[in-house]
Amino acid sequence: MKFDDEPVPGYPLPILPGHTSPGRLERVLRAGQFAVTTELAPPDSADPQEVYDRARIFDGCVDAINATDGSGAHCHMGSLAVCALLTRVGYAPVMQISCRDRNRIAIQGDILGGAAMGVCNVLCLSGDGVQAGDHPQAKPVFDLDAVTLLETARTLREEHRFLSGRKISYAPRVFLGAAANPFAAPTEFRAQRVAKKVAAGAQFIQTQYCYDMPLLREFMRRVEDLGLLGKVFILVGVGPLRAAATAEWMRKNVPGLHIPDAIIKRLKDAGPNAAQEGRKLCVELIQELREVRGVSGVHIMAYRQEQSVREIVERSGVLAGRIPWYPGRDSTNPETRIAQ
Amino acid sequence: MYAARRWSVRHARGLNAFYRGLEALLVSCNPLWRLIGYERLERPMAAIERVVKGALFDCQMCGQCVLSSTGMSCPMNCPKQLRNGPCGGVRDNGHCEVKPEMRCVWVEAYAGATRIPGGQDLLASVQHAVDRRLQGRSAWLRVVREKTAPPT
Repeated sequence: MKFDDEPVPGYPLPILPGHTSPGRLERVLRAGQFAVTTELAPPDSADPQEVYDRARIFDGCVDAINATDGSGAHCHMGSLAVCALLTRVGYAPVMQISCRDRNRIAIQGDILGGAAMGVCNVLCLSGDGVQAGDHPQAKPVFDLDAVTLLETARTLREEHRFLSGRKISYAPRVFLGAAANPFAAPTEFRAQRVAKKVAAGAQFIQTQYCYDMPLLREFMRRVEDLGLLGKVFILVGVGPLRAAATAEWMRKNVPGLHIPDAIIKRLKDAGPNAAQEGRKLCVELIQELREVRGVSGVHIMAYRQEQSVREIVERSGVLAGRIPWYPGRDSTNPETRIAQ
Repeated sequence: MYAARRWSVRHARGLNAFYRGLEALLVSCNPLWRLIGYERLERPMAAIERVVKGALFDCQMCGQCVLSSTGMSCPMNCPKQLRNGPCGGVRDNGHCEVKPEMRCVWVEAYAGATRIPGGQDLLASVQHAVDRRLQGRSAWLRVVREKTAPPT
């Protein structure tokens, strides 16, 4: 799909009627296209080129790139800075904000700053506990939680004021997202939690890794029963597993990750071809998810396997021939590809 | 105490009813409170709350009690102080991501809410950002003051 007003890098698109952001992700979703987003692992470095190198891997196969905010409570380049670098050349980042490290004063400032730098999407997260990361001695903040963070961002955008009531002269035009984990206890409450997030301002949801289709279908049924379809776009998280041992390690050590035994057995049975089998499994899941009512897209998290995202997207065929914009897509001259 | 806290959730229905009764009683005593003076009552009442709610719910004295909306499971015992539902890190056995030995406060809250009439609906209501200035102050007096305040 090509918009007739494709961006000059760093310049926002016009905001269409009924849209809240000038971003491409919101446009793709509202146009009813099956969206593909992915995650960029921010570098442990101050070199901007490393950010561009990591983003470039996804050129032409994703609609937006999430910049994680100290994910797993590990320290990396900050999400605001990663987003600012990405928007400079026209990428569509999703700025993740976690409540773990900053209070409401810092967070509101970052939302304004991000929007000023061209960030059109914000994902509001509670955040992993500090015990999960490399600085377990740090002070966890959690001044807000994911729901009150959404409320805060929506207040900035809709009411043109801070939580304190003080006016802001130009509101941040951001498309608001939240996370969901349909696979963690109490599973009966998970759709309800999404409803709360929608009530607080969430317009899209990106879920935890899905490896269990029956549980996902059950979750989606509950989401539909709560009347949420049409009010929120749901992008289901997927990702390739590299080996049975990796899957077992992740299941044990990544908070909230649910991988059924059958999946691990399938990887074991594949023997030396486990990585290939993991990618195949991911493709199958995406194809299955595309058919689930209410699923608007997938969020591919391929930590340390970013190179496989292109192959997975292509093999799944979910883009149906469209090529998401990337810096230089419409240029025949490779010299004009900025910063690459 | 962890065991008492879990007992409270198992008896959420009765405790919630008791709480409603207590609230009505405190509200009806408003003239008396006004006579004594709310500011003068603040410290003794907060001390009572600290003991009673501390024993029953491991109360953290946030000053903005939402127990009735959270199945009588105090959300401030969540290491992330989440007041609107469980994070994505809850373990398969229903225990906390941060404190593996503790049941998730929200798994408990969900169980408690099923025992309270209308508890599920209350669980669905959005709790706004906490006012950290109220830490350590009496939540009961605050409720009475709000309920008896003349409409603005």
